[in-house]
This record gives sequence, structure tokens and C-alpha cells, in this order.
Amino acid sequence: MSSQNKPAQELPPAAVDPAIAEAEERRWTPAKIALWVAIALLGGVAWGVLAISRGETINAIWFVFAAVCTYLVAYRFYSKFIERKIARPDDTRATPAEYNSNGKDFMPTDRRVLFGHHFAAIAGAGPLVGPVLAAQMGYLPGTIWIIVGVVLAGAVQDYLVMHFSMRRGGRSLGQMAREELGLIGGTAALIATLAIMIIIVAILALVVVNALGESAWGVYSVALTIPIALFMGVYLRFIRPGKVMEVSIIGFVLLMFAIISGRWVAESAWGSELFHLDRTVIAWGIIVYGFVAAVLPVWLLLAPRDYLSTFMKIGVIALLAVAIVVIRPDISVPAISEFASRDDGPVVSGSLFPFLFVTIACGALSGFHALISSGTTPKMVEKERQTRFLGYGGMLMESFVAIMALVAAISIDRGIYFAMNSSAAATGGTVEGAVAFVNSLGLAGVNLTPEMLTGLASDVGEESVVSRTGGAPTLAVGIAVIMGQWFGGPGMMAFWYHFAIMFEALFILTAVDAGTRVARFMLQDTIGNFIPKFKDTSWRPGAWLCTAVMVAGWGYILILGVTDPLGGINTFFPLFGIANQLLAAIALAVVMAIVAKKGNFKYLWIVVLPLAFATVVTVTASLYKIFSPVPAVGYWAQNAAFREALANGETSFGTARSVEAMEAVVRNTTVQGTLSIVFVTLALIVIVTAVLATIRSWRGKGGSDNEDPRVESKFYAPSGLISSPAEKELDAQWRALPAELQPQRGGH
Amino acid sequence: MAAGTPGVASGAADGTGRTTPGPGSVVVRAVVGGWRGLVWYLEGMMGADAYKKYVAHHRAVHPGVEPLGERQFWREKMDAEDANPQGRCC
Repeated sequence: MSSQNKPAQELPPAAVDPAIAEAEERRWTPAKIALWVAIALLGGVAWGVLAISRGETINAIWFVFAAVCTYLVAYRFYSKFIERKIARPDDTRATPAEYNSNGKDFMPTDRRVLFGHHFAAIAGAGPLVGPVLAAQMGYLPGTIWIIVGVVLAGAVQDYLVMHFSMRRGGRSLGQMAREELGLIGGTAALIATLAIMIIIVAILALVVVNALGESAWGVYSVALTIPIALFMGVYLRFIRPGKVMEVSIIGFVLLMFAIISGRWVAESAWGSELFHLDRTVIAWGIIVYGFVAAVLPVWLLLAPRDYLSTFMKIGVIALLAVAIVVIRPDISVPAISEFASRDDGPVVSGSLFPFLFVTIACGALSGFHALISSGTTPKMVEKERQTRFLGYGGMLMESFVAIMALVAAISIDRGIYFAMNSSAAATGGTVEGAVAFVNSLGLAGVNLTPEMLTGLASDVGEESVVSRTGGAPTLAVGIAVIMGQWFGGPGMMAFWYHFAIMFEALFILTAVDAGTRVARFMLQDTIGNFIPKFKDTSWRPGAWLCTAVMVAGWGYILILGVTDPLGGINTFFPLFGIANQLLAAIALAVVMAIVAKKGNFKYLWIVVLPLAFATVVTVTASLYKIFSPVPAVGYWAQNAAFREALANGETSFGTARSVEAMEAVVRNTTVQGTLSIVFVTLALIVIVTAVLATIRSWRGKGGSDNEDPRVESKFYAPSGLISSPAEKELDAQWRALPAELQPQRGGH
Repeated sequence: MAAGTPGVASGAADGTGRTTPGPGSVVVRAVVGGWRGLVWYLEGMMGADAYKKYVAHHRAVHPGVEPLGERQFWREKMDAEDANPQGRCC
């Protein structure tokens, strides 16, 4: 920093005077009023169109308007309210990036750059998959939950976890739970995080397997990303270290080649022979890949994959946003479908409440974000006031991705949607079976013909599109249809389809690798409490053993999902959503304890509201999964039904057509039911300890604050994307300083 | 040593304190500035500027001590990530 210079010149203040900032916010010029009235009106009209429209079709642009206007209003008013009442940032306080600056992980980073960085870290395949599956209930329930949920729950969680982690030197959620909730709550939070990580990796891997099963083109393209990443890793390590952009561009070009050449390979006799794999084989491939990738050094595989996936992520999301606005597809899905009030939907079973809210986790409320918002990002924040833009704003962006995924999924024909997303157990996996099944559902306006399915399959370069569950293929078809209309026409659809599949597979394989690594470290740390040798994470046998245990954990669930006679995704996906929302409840419980400890009970409702909702939803969903007497919904009811059938000597029951399949259902439902019990018990322990901590604080016995001591900040940076006049003026004062007095900070 | 953060909008500074050597037309300058802003942004987001940031930090905090070479810096950075893995989101 500039402390070694004699203060010949007085430095400007490190923060805008709070009174001036306050006055600025409260000054409403006619132009400002007109702008916000216009935004509110446009948003209101868009919501009105979405809610009341009962015509033949509705234009997708209304989804964009409803979402963006709501985000703007929520960001300007609600997140500001949270900032003022709960976070209470103070720019005269140095952030960990400033007082711990080490030029490496603790490093002040320009807010706009960090926004992109944080967004790339939180947004993965989750917001692309959940909304697709939830589309079976119609477009309105999913749209309302994604937009309202993010405003009141998801963005609140991300923002406050990031803010409080920043006040604690960038500590992780687990460490904060241990500090605020004590040994029991902290340990439960840790075990829950580990268990949840395993289930999330397993279900994500299942999504990839379903997308690549019986698809020579897909398997070839995705498999080719491994040598591409290895090449990039070696290039960066030995040939041109640090040339990240250069190698990313090379990698991207190779990736495009992998997608384009996939067609030639899939159409050749040897290619379709070699890469046409069934799902079990692919699942085993991913298990082996997961183990090898997680024990290889980061530079060889994970880091280059990360560069590729970040590159693709930003590109595809920007492309999709532009395409939706340009094409403005017409949507013929009903606002609220027949399945909203029933519990026998073929895509995911269970009624709207609570299952809509666990099917769409990422995009509305994602507990996994709490792991990113604590730890990585807070160590890079320049100024306290920026967490609103980074945390709240970043999550609004992810929500927008979820809305785009929903739009893409509902822009395809509804009959095709159900043919793709109903399990093979229902459709038999054949075109005839799918047509018969979908037409038997009695859905208004649906009249599926075999030609529609075979035509689509040949357009996207696949053998079949029947029962391609998991959401990714449906989204890929949606993207292919929208992008194909924009440029390239139907001839390009196969390219866009595989482009989209590749893009999702990239995220997921990176998440599988990174998740296995993190889980392995957590396991080593835990075992290390008993066998100290395991604490040494560079001890290879320990690392390999713990990696193998973690891979076995998610690999087992993956294999169960792939071979599930009841379908796989439709029975396992609720576990993913429940796990993710339980983690959100845990994160919000920790935040509640922190806010209560500060004695801020008047505004505690801002945290209690999403916490209560997440708790009610996940506990209800878990109880349904554990106790519901309806076999399609309750794991143990299904288990009992199949056990009874087996005991009666039946050799076929429901969609399980052999004794072996029936036994598989009994085994799978036992695993699913047990996991449901474990998750909900752990989450309840955490929530109860958080409530107890809150009550202690209420009685004035909350104990001392765990924030790091205050350090005076010695530089200034604006708080958001658009600076106010006072912010601009102060920024200009800092910039006008001579070079030797300039603070050392991020950006370059 | 470093000047302020290069603005994406203005894009006049390239991060080393130099300003664009004024090409004739305003349009060219805007295009060059915009391109530099874009490169600056993408490099920051991908973490490609880690070494540059490290050197700047090192010069300011430990003057007189030679910083790590680029190759060595990236090796240590990757080893640090090996020893302290971060999750990716779903």
C-alpha cells in the first residue's frame, strides 16, 4: 500500500459521507420517478399478460419483461432495504481483500470483474435443468417461483452469506456454522454439506448419462473434451505459462471441432459402433473419470476444463438471451397444466406444493451458493458496499438464466416435451410407445404423431428423442429450435443441439471433479480427527482412499439411478432439490443466528421469511417422500408395495417387469428413503440449534460477535455498476492522485 | 505504480498507466478502447491476469525483493489450488 510514502498530500476519504449518500438516494427527480414508474408499469403489464392470458399462444418476450423489471425493482428497493437494515456496510472498514491482501487468493478485484467471476462460479447446470422438469406443471408456477423466490429468498441468502463471510475474513459456511451454532449444530451442518455434495454430484452425473446414452455424437464430442483439456493443461504448464486467454481460445476452437466432427463420426460405421454406448457403460465411464480426474493435479485437467466451461458459459448465456429477444418464440403451453394439482405427473411426481419448490432449486433458491458466497468471493471484494451488487445482483443473473431455460423448454411442442421427459418405464423407449403414452395422458392441445418424434430425432442428429429424461436434452432441443430460427435454419439444428449438450456436460463434469475433491478433503479432515495421518492431504494413499470412498458414494447412487426400473430422474431428482434447499435452510439459519446476535430483531423477518419457507417446503417434501401412502410419491410406500408383491410371489409389478427389477425398486427406494430421513434430520438439527442461538441472543446472552476486528480502509471504489454523482466525484478525487499515492488494488 | 482501474466504458487506460497513443479518429479510439476494455474484463474474469496482479502487489508490498517468475508463480498457484479445492456450483 502507499503507507511507505510520506503523507505529503492528504488522502481523500475511503467512503462517501453516509449523510450525502442517504440524501442522494432519497432525492427523487422527475426523470428518476418517470423511469421507475415506467419499469414498474412494464413489469406489471408483463405479469398481467402472463397471469391472465388464456389465448392460444403467448409471446416469450413477456417472460423477459416480467423477470427483468422485477429484478430491477427488487434490486433498487428491496436489496437496498436489506443493505440499510441488516448488512449495514461501512466503506471506511477495510475488507479482507485489503487487510489480508497477499497477491493471491486475497486480492481486491474490480467489482465488475468479480461479478462475472462470481456468476461463473455459481451458475452451472442446475438452473438449466430444474425449470425444464417443472414445466410439466405449466409455465406460470415455475415463473412465479423463479422470480419471486430469487427476490425474497435466493438472492437474500447469497447476499447475506457473502456479506457476513466477508466480515469474518472470508470464512466458509461450515466454519461460520461451527462458530455460531456450537459443536452440535456445526457438526450437523458439516455432515449435511458432505452428504448433500455427494447426492448433488450423483444427480448431475445422472443428467449427463441420460443426455449421452445411445448418442454416438454426444459421447464422442464430450469424450474429446478430455484430451483437449489435457493438451491445454500441458500447454499452460510447460509451453506458455500464464497465457490463459490464448489457450482458452485454442481450446474453444478445438471444442467446436469436436462438436462438428461428431456428426461425421456418428454417421460412420466405426464411429457409431465405438461410441454408441448404453447408459450403464457411460455411468461407469463417468465414475472412472471422476476418480482419475480428482486425483490428478489441478493444472492438468480441472483448471483447463474450468477455463473452457467459463468461456462457454458466458458465451452461450449471452447468445441465448439475445436469441430469445430476437426470435421471441410463441409459447403454447398452458399457464397452469393438468399436472399442477395432481401427484402423478410423468416428469416428476408429486403435487405443486411442495414439489415445484424443490424441483426448481437453482435459479430461485440454491443452498449450494452459500458455499461459493462464503470463502472464495468474499476474499476478493474491494469494498463492503459492493456485496449487494455481487451477492444479490449475481443471484438475480442466475435467476434470469433459469427463466431463459424455462422459455427454451416450453417453446417446444408439448407432446414432444412429454415424450422426451417421460421415463422409459412409461414409454417403453419406443416411438410407438411414446406416442401412445403421451396421447393417453389426455392433455389439451396435444396430438403427438410418430413423424414428429422421428423428424425431430433426425433434425438433431440423434437416433431417438424418446425418454431422454433429465432436462438437458429437452433444453438442448429448445436451444436448437430457437437458435436454428435465428441463423442456420433447420440444417444447423443438429449442431446447436450438440453444442448445448456439450455445454451442459462441460459444467457438470467440472462440478463432478471439483465436488469429489472438496468432499475428499472434508472426509480426510474428519478422519484426521481420529487418525492424524489423514490430515496430511498430500499423503497419496490417504488421498486416494478418501477419493475412492467419495466416488463410491456418488457412483453407487448414479448406478442406482441409471438402472432404476421406475425411470431414474423422476424418482431421484426430488432428492437433489430437497438436498439443495436443505442446504439453503442451513445457510439461512446461520445467517439468522448472526443477525440475532447483533441484536437486530426488528428486521430479522427478512431472514426468517425465506428460512421459514425453505424449512416448510423441504420438511414437507421430505415427509411426503418418507410417509406418503401414494407409491409414486412416498419412497417407503413404493418400497412396501414392491415388497408385498415379491412376498406374494408376483414376477411383475407396475413398470418393473421381472423379479430382479422388483428387487431393484425395493433396494432403490430403501436408499432414497434413508437419504430423505438423514437429510431432513440433519437439517432440523441445524435449524433447531440456530433457533436456540437466536433465543439466547434475544435474552441478551448471545455472546460476542465473531467478526474480524475493524481495520481502517485506505482506498475507495464505487459500490455498483452505475455510480451516483457523489461516488463519481470521490472516485475522481482518488484517480487524480499522483501515481505514487495511488492505492494498490484490483483490476490489473 | 498502477493507475486507477481501466474503465470498461472509457477504456482509455490499458492498466499499465499508459494511455492509448491517440489514433486519428474518435471511432478508432473508441474501438481500440472498447477492445482493450473487453480483453481486460475477460482476463480478469478468467483469472488470466493473476500474475500481473501478483507482481503489482509484490512490488508495492515487498519493494526490493524479486517476485517469482511467471512459470514458478503459476506452478505455485496450481499447487495451492490442489491443496485447497473449491467447489463448483450445480
